[in-house]
Amino acid sequence: MSIKLGDLSYQQRIEKGIENDFMREAVSSAQGRFRNGRLTQAEELGDWEDWRQLGSEIRTHTLENIDYYLQQLSEQVSKRGGNVFFATTAEEANAYIEKVIKQKNGKKIVKSKSMVTEEIGLNQHLEKLGAEVVESDLGEWILQLDEDPPSHIVTPALHKNKEQIRKTFAEKRGYDQSDSPEELAAFAREQLRKDFLSADVGITGCNFAIAESGAITLVTNEGNARMVTALPETQITVMGMERIAPTWEDMEVLVSLLTRAAVGQKLTSYVTSYTGARLEGEIDGPDDYHLVIVDNGRSKILGTEFQSALHCIRCAACINVCPVYRHVGGHAYNSIYPGPIGAVLTPLLDGYDDHKELPYASSLCAACTEACPVKIPLHEQLIRHRQIIVEQEKKSPIMEKIMMKGFAQWASTPAAYKLSTKLARTALKPWTKDETIKNGPGPLKGWTDVRDFPAPAKQSFRAWWKERQKGEVRNGNS
Amino acid sequence: MAIHNQDAFLSNVAAHLGRPRRISGVKRPSWSVRPQDRVFAGYSKEELLAVLKKQCQAIHTDVVEVQQSELAEALTDTIKRYRGKTVVVANDKRNALYGLDQFYEQLNKEVDVHIWDAQLGKENQTIAERADIGISFSDITLAESATVTLFNDKHHGRSISLLPKSFIAIIPKSTIVPRLTQAAQQLHASVEKGERVPSCVSFVSGPSNSADIEMNLIVGVHGPIQATYIVVGDK
Repeated sequence: MSIKLGDLSYQQRIEKGIENDFMREAVSSAQGRFRNGRLTQAEELGDWEDWRQLGSEIRTHTLENIDYYLQQLSEQVSKRGGNVFFATTAEEANAYIEKVIKQKNGKKIVKSKSMVTEEIGLNQHLEKLGAEVVESDLGEWILQLDEDPPSHIVTPALHKNKEQIRKTFAEKRGYDQSDSPEELAAFAREQLRKDFLSADVGITGCNFAIAESGAITLVTNEGNARMVTALPETQITVMGMERIAPTWEDMEVLVSLLTRAAVGQKLTSYVTSYTGARLEGEIDGPDDYHLVIVDNGRSKILGTEFQSALHCIRCAACINVCPVYRHVGGHAYNSIYPGPIGAVLTPLLDGYDDHKELPYASSLCAACTEACPVKIPLHEQLIRHRQIIVEQEKKSPIMEKIMMKGFAQWASTPAAYKLSTKLARTALKPWTKDETIKNGPGPLKGWTDVRDFPAPAKQSFRAWWKERQKGEVRNGNS
Repeated sequence: MAIHNQDAFLSNVAAHLGRPRRISGVKRPSWSVRPQDRVFAGYSKEELLAVLKKQCQAIHTDVVEVQQSELAEALTDTIKRYRGKTVVVANDKRNALYGLDQFYEQLNKEVDVHIWDAQLGKENQTIAERADIGISFSDITLAESATVTLFNDKHHGRSISLLPKSFIAIIPKSTIVPRLTQAAQQLHASVEKGERVPSCVSFVSGPSNSADIEMNLIVGVHGPIQATYIVVGDK
């Protein structure tokens, strides 16, 4: 996998999402819970707007000086017995990791959840080499067994129900118990424990690197990331280059924002900050440590009007409030980064060609911007994307172009406008039932597939206004 | 150790930022707001303890408060409650300070007690993996999130609070602070003083859990399935 999930068209992906009733119900209930959790925690903490302001200031300063902090980080890691590799592209990152694993003759690799390794297609790369790669986050493990991509950046298997998971476990691992989440999780614990203990190499992502001491902070609940960093003799951290905080104090603020905004927790069960290789005499932790810092398109966002998209701390708060995500689900975005942040980030990292529809997968209601704990102006960036697509790239969806052109001509000709608003009701009569259009023709189809369209009013607005002026409309004399 | 490809990478980053590369002299600005300092500001230890106890309910963690003279009894009770047959304990200086050296010796007659021993190497991990219960002292305790901070080192392996089915944290009352802010300040200060930060700082809040299956909270996934905090008056 890379950042792009597959080859279905935007329309096909959306239809698939909308037809998936379980997924839509799961997403809508999850959104509710996530949202309530975030709001409750924000209220309990107090001064939430101050916290957001602080988060935004820390991220702005960090990104403005990212070269300085990355240098400090790499020197600290090196001092603590770790190797650092700066990878400009996904290919460079994969090649370096491959080299390390070959040198160690690594056969079994155990991973904790990492979006950046999904982005660079690391698993596929390593599997081609014949290595066994085991995802150990419960959600990721389910998806790995089922060969399905993640649909949410915090709870990747959100689109699956427990019966589907039971079936997957039964088919792939001979599971013979019920579909109770506790039993399913206990089975995963037992299966994966063996993998943790026998793995040669552990690979994790990174929530926040701490520049001043070379520590990598992982924010988790299940304990798998602690296993991955404590048990294998060789350990590799892969981080997107922007995932860094200057000091422990800044990390603290970002973690406090992350756990609240992501899952409505004061802190997750585990926040673990580890540095380089284990020290003399220590038993747990790797003997051989590598940090891979990945650019893969990020640097070209720096210095542009989209720089603040790199402030993202991957909490998914924007995803959890998005009305479009609620209806189409994560896979419809065709990117490992779905939702509003995905719609902003994916075209920046992977170009407009394959992702030109994403900035349109938004109602511009600004709920995302309001939810973002580091104040990224997401909906404004989506508008900017649209402008760029229309002005420079000439890539706006074709149907919209035709409709907009038609609308402009039609609306600017008073006689045509007047006539058609009068005729619309008659013309749409065959599709109208109880004052709504349920399965509209032509350009209306895309809309009415998803929702009902109100039938044109019996009296057009212009006609109503005209009559009102004459004082002839009932209840209109306010 | 080696750093590869740094100059080309960082020069490219600086070029995109439209300025020469910054190698030194970057100072963190003073932020316009500091809400983190106001959380539970001025709370006494007792008030912070009340905050911690309340949060323990939210994270499915049992908490008991004892005097130092009652610590051994509280440990015995908890080990019994967890039906512990094997226990792995950090080799902490505070074991002696709190009279636990003799307690563990006594306990060893009924329960298999392993005190972490750096000399034994990887065998420690094997023992921890088979153990029913891990026991650690908290270094800094965060009231807000009911979190024990563990400075892992060669006497206090990361496995102790991770591999066994149950986890017991002993919390000296004096280690309780309002929140993560104070722990981070302490770590930052020690970096500033040029001290070596532990190779692993683990902030642990109760047992492991997951909400990955239909958003149902499952307590106990890869790490411990249950946890108890024993808050003890200071020596």
